[in-house]
Amino acid sequence: MIPPSFTYVRASSVDEALGLAAEHGEDAKYLAGGHSLLPMMKLRLAFPEVLIDLGRITELSYVRDEDDHVTIGAMTRHHDVATSALLTSEVPLLAHTAGEVGDPQIRHRGTIGGSVAHGDAASDLPATLLALDALFVIRGASGTRAVPAAAFFKGIFETAIEPGELLIEIQVPKPAVPSAWSFQKFTKRKIDWAIVGVAVQGSSVALINMGLTPLRASAVEAALASGASIADASALAAEGASPGTDIHASRAYREHLARVLVRRALEEAAARS
Amino acid sequence: MKVELTVNGKDITADVEDRTLLVHFLRDTADLTATNIGCDTTSCGACTVLLDGESIKSCTVLAAQADGRSVTTLEGLASDTGEMHPVQRAFHTEHGLQCGYCTPGMVMAIVSMLKENPSPTEAEVREGLEGNICRCTGYHNIVQAALTAAAAIGAQEAAQ
Repeated sequence: MIPPSFTYVRASSVDEALGLAAEHGEDAKYLAGGHSLLPMMKLRLAFPEVLIDLGRITELSYVRDEDDHVTIGAMTRHHDVATSALLTSEVPLLAHTAGEVGDPQIRHRGTIGGSVAHGDAASDLPATLLALDALFVIRGASGTRAVPAAAFFKGIFETAIEPGELLIEIQVPKPAVPSAWSFQKFTKRKIDWAIVGVAVQGSSVALINMGLTPLRASAVEAALASGASIADASALAAEGASPGTDIHASRAYREHLARVLVRRALEEAAARS
Repeated sequence: MKVELTVNGKDITADVEDRTLLVHFLRDTADLTATNIGCDTTSCGACTVLLDGESIKSCTVLAAQADGRSVTTLEGLASDTGEMHPVQRAFHTEHGLQCGYCTPGMVMAIVSMLKENPSPTEAEVREGLEGNICRCTGYHNIVQAALTAAAAIGAQEAAQ
């Protein structure tokens, strides 16, 4: 399969990328690692006329310690997030999740910003960043703004990023107890998207593929806050979720999986902390 | 657009369509056909090559994205005198293939894996090959080949 025709342009800085996006308007799409966009183009699910390659913007590839939080450049690859010594010690949930994305080859190309901006409810990193209360830093022609994860994911493949804007950085608060994490992902094959997944940090619980966006399991969190046991709280895992039925699983099966995986995740996080 | 890639140490300049995938550039422009196209959807790993030394799936990378960078394919592994790379040799001695279609991708994935983790456990090898599918072997001899190659490379480096 070959992607539909497009014009390839390359940006070497954030300003140049924003300029190219302004020049080409709605016909253009940013190309990060390309591991969501290029397959969609090959399957004729996306037809951008211009691709703005961000791959040479080295200024967006970093993991930095900023006292109470860690900042990650949007073009940092999954491999570099997964193997970051800083993240492994300060935010192990995020390092582990990055290492669960796809396979080694995909992690050598795919980027954290690309994954987040793609906004797929079945992806691993958006849910983990939601559980971690991450902040997404977006730059546009009129300046830079930061959007909390809870307000970032809007719908199917839809995020708070406006046309022309570029996600440049992810800020992750350091958890009070870094070791109190768990990541559960139920797949048929190791490299598949999660049928259902769960990311837990402390008493924050986020769900993968249980609705149109990554979701916080608010009913579970509220129950835990009012003293419920893990068993009782995790029974509420599917409350407020709206998982779909597809070739992999029915809605009822996904709801069952969410309850089972939330319980496992909370138990593992509690045992680790 | 004009792209210039270093493939197996040789500079190749070509005028290609913007949408040209790296795997097509390698097979059709560079005339290096060891790299296979399998699923064409980033799943099977048959098209795995090294980009600046790291494994990637060349069906999901544009030639334009690899412009100015260095690519290694299976053809680039053997020494100038034709001596096989330790991973290739291990596939031979351990009988790590049957039909052979996945083999170029498997070999390149293992070369990259052993750079990152020179002495993996069997479990780490299996995990490291999660992006490469083989429909013949049941993987056992492929995993054994990776372990044998790791030991051979380790011994080679210890002797130097």
